[in-house]
Amino acid sequence: MEAHLTDTITLASTPQALKGTYKGVVKISLMLAATYLVAQGLSHYLPAADYRQFFGFSNRIAVWIVAELHLMFAAFVLGVPIFAVITEFVGKATGEKRYDDLAKEFTKLLAMAYTLTAVLGCVLLVLFVALYPKFMGYMTKLFKPTWLLYIVLIFGEVVIAYFYWYSWDLLQGARKKWHLLLGVLVNLWGTALLFVADIWVTFMMSPAGIDDAGNLTSLWAAINNHTWMPINIHRLLANVAFGGAIAAAYAAVRFLNAKTDEERARFDWMGYVGSFIAIAAFIPLPFAGYWLGREIYQFSEQMGVSMMGGSFAWLWILQAMLIGGLFLASNFYLWLGMGRIPGAERYVKFQIPMMILLTIGFIVWATPRSIIASGAEMSAMGGSHHPFLGLFGVMAAKNTAVNLMILTTFFSFMLYRRGNRVPAVPWAATGKIVQALAIAAAAGVVLGYGIYSYSVPSNIRIGFSVYQVGAVLAAMAVFVAIDIPLLRGAQEIGAIRWGQIPARAQYALFFLAISFTWLMGLMGYIRSGIRQYWHIYGRVMDESANAYTMMHGHATIIVSCITVIFFLLVSVVFWMASRNEDGEGEAK
Amino acid sequence: MMARYTLYLAVALWLAILAGLKYLIHPPMPASVLMIYMTLSTLGILLFVAADEARFQAFLAPLKSVFEGRAPLAAQVLVLAGIPLLLGWGAWLRTAPTWDAPFEPRVVHPEPPSSFSLHGRRIETANLKNPLRLPDPVQLEKYTQEGKTIYYQNCFFCHGDALAGDGHFANAFSPIPANFRDVGTISMLQESFVFWRVATGGPGLPKGATPWLSAMPVWQNLLTEEEIWKAILYIYAGSGSTPRTWDEEAGHEKH
Repeated sequence: MEAHLTDTITLASTPQALKGTYKGVVKISLMLAATYLVAQGLSHYLPAADYRQFFGFSNRIAVWIVAELHLMFAAFVLGVPIFAVITEFVGKATGEKRYDDLAKEFTKLLAMAYTLTAVLGCVLLVLFVALYPKFMGYMTKLFKPTWLLYIVLIFGEVVIAYFYWYSWDLLQGARKKWHLLLGVLVNLWGTALLFVADIWVTFMMSPAGIDDAGNLTSLWAAINNHTWMPINIHRLLANVAFGGAIAAAYAAVRFLNAKTDEERARFDWMGYVGSFIAIAAFIPLPFAGYWLGREIYQFSEQMGVSMMGGSFAWLWILQAMLIGGLFLASNFYLWLGMGRIPGAERYVKFQIPMMILLTIGFIVWATPRSIIASGAEMSAMGGSHHPFLGLFGVMAAKNTAVNLMILTTFFSFMLYRRGNRVPAVPWAATGKIVQALAIAAAAGVVLGYGIYSYSVPSNIRIGFSVYQVGAVLAAMAVFVAIDIPLLRGAQEIGAIRWGQIPARAQYALFFLAISFTWLMGLMGYIRSGIRQYWHIYGRVMDESANAYTMMHGHATIIVSCITVIFFLLVSVVFWMASRNEDGEGEAK
Repeated sequence: MMARYTLYLAVALWLAILAGLKYLIHPPMPASVLMIYMTLSTLGILLFVAADEARFQAFLAPLKSVFEGRAPLAAQVLVLAGIPLLLGWGAWLRTAPTWDAPFEPRVVHPEPPSSFSLHGRRIETANLKNPLRLPDPVQLEKYTQEGKTIYYQNCFFCHGDALAGDGHFANAFSPIPANFRDVGTISMLQESFVFWRVATGGPGLPKGATPWLSAMPVWQNLLTEEEIWKAILYIYAGSGSTPRTWDEEAGHEKH
């Protein structure tokens, strides 16, 4: 890896670009060959068994940790190219070099994370084969064609992604369009990889295409199972949000370590763009999650109830805490950022009502349905449900709260955007009134349906969330559609003083990255845990000693450990990325 | 002009929220919820204060003057003695013995099994539907009325006249009987779920839902299958709710 990293310093000529790509292909080939040999060797030499322990350590926890770490790095390397290429497109369209530099900065992180993703993937495969031989044998029997496809896609991804990185300086100017094409191809290949990997995991949750004896009847039915497409979309969006948050955290590290104002300005801007991408992709994520939840319920009510109302319900309170924290942190970051925008002081007055809304929203969002209470408190309440607070524990209240929090965060961002500009168009006052009305109407619809939904049956209530979401999205669309012409030719009060933001704003960016990572680990555990004692839900039982649902405390400690390990590994990537750049600077 | 009072305003707001939550809400909210609400309120106040540089500096100014020794001696003593005293008081509150019974966590909706035993037969929950929920309104009304009689003969004593979980015996149980008028109970569930709960009662609850002290009888020992379905028709009709259903077409396409 060392040799590869130093190679990234110079990216100029065709032979070098081809050499870099060739090295990448050789590296991945060697890794796959080694993995195959180790897996075969272990299968051959280890005594036959259905399950094996990992040096006395639980096989489940070993696979869990490695799988989650692999998934996090994979999410990062699949998410980053999506916005890297969009940033590159913006650079090409506007002709501003800083966008191209930013896209390259994003991609630099990517090139280094690829190796870690591949290493973790290889370790995971060896663990699967060694620790779960019987189950893996069954999965291989069903999905062999998809595994071959996966290997082909991995090679395709490696070739294109490495060439995308190594040819950055080569394909500039008139040849830029070819580089953009490579960027699009990286994303298409990456998405295909994600979709194939999702086949196996979703089949384990909601199996289809097999008969009662477990024989394959239709490969396509097994692939296109109940949860496949919802998870594909959910993960695609989450990867972008996650990639943005990690890239923002990288910028925060660089900002805090910056020695010059120029560096501070550059990484301040990068942090802002990363956090913007993270939040923008995060906003539609609950809707994709809702679709996934619905498919889970539809496939198996038992699984659905376990997830939301049964043994896993309390983990959703933790999720609510983290998501509420994300909203607070992103608003906090935007407001602090307004301190470096001349003219943004005009909007400080909105901070009090916005913080009240966000805090109340967070409180409603985090209120548990079934409350922890002592015997005396229970008898005072007349049960485990509080007659008044219990109203906040159901989805009607939570949908309302989260939609209002989304709307508030959007409004914060719009104020930020307008910070140093004064509209110059003659219809500015009317435009602003229409924008205010759009926001007020959406808030009214969200609140109105939220209250009304208490008096209708659940199957109708579920439909209301569509109206609430629709109202919020429509208000956003109207607002932006007016905002673009409104600010065209606007008078600028002063330039944004990039780099002049308090250091604590960078910690909000760390919080975003850590929360996203923790959330991924937690939600991944819930998704996998609701299978309970099944490898393949309802079909292939987990007969190992680990076929039990863990205590929440134990499970969340493991998720926390995974988060810590991930950040230790990411720190290595960050360190190498900055070290490379220092080397590059010195070379120049 | 108000800037110099930022710290005091923040403390006053915090105390006002605490007092409001503690004394204005009836019945009183449990300590666990108060803790969540106060943590979030504290977070909201602190983030608001720190989100603007001038505001943040104004907030810190009195604290700096105390910790840098510029404040009057009385203020320094008050703060420096107050912090350990507050911490000590908190520690004492957490460790002081109490006579309360220990908290027993329980889940609201235990997960239904994929199948269960009814009068010696295996019943699959996945495709279980109420056979008496007929499109003919006259028939449906007849079964619902019969269900009402069954309800008043068997369920009424615990679940109450208004189906609100407040029958004569309700307060003798912990957990108390389900309130069917609550939006979080039967209206969130499919009829198959309710049938399973009625038929197998407290003893039929899954291991994942322990510790369960539910006093719900195993009604299949006392009622026929048809009687249970009729009672279910009534509890939905009587409480003004409808069972959760899925989009049938979408479900069939997938299968």
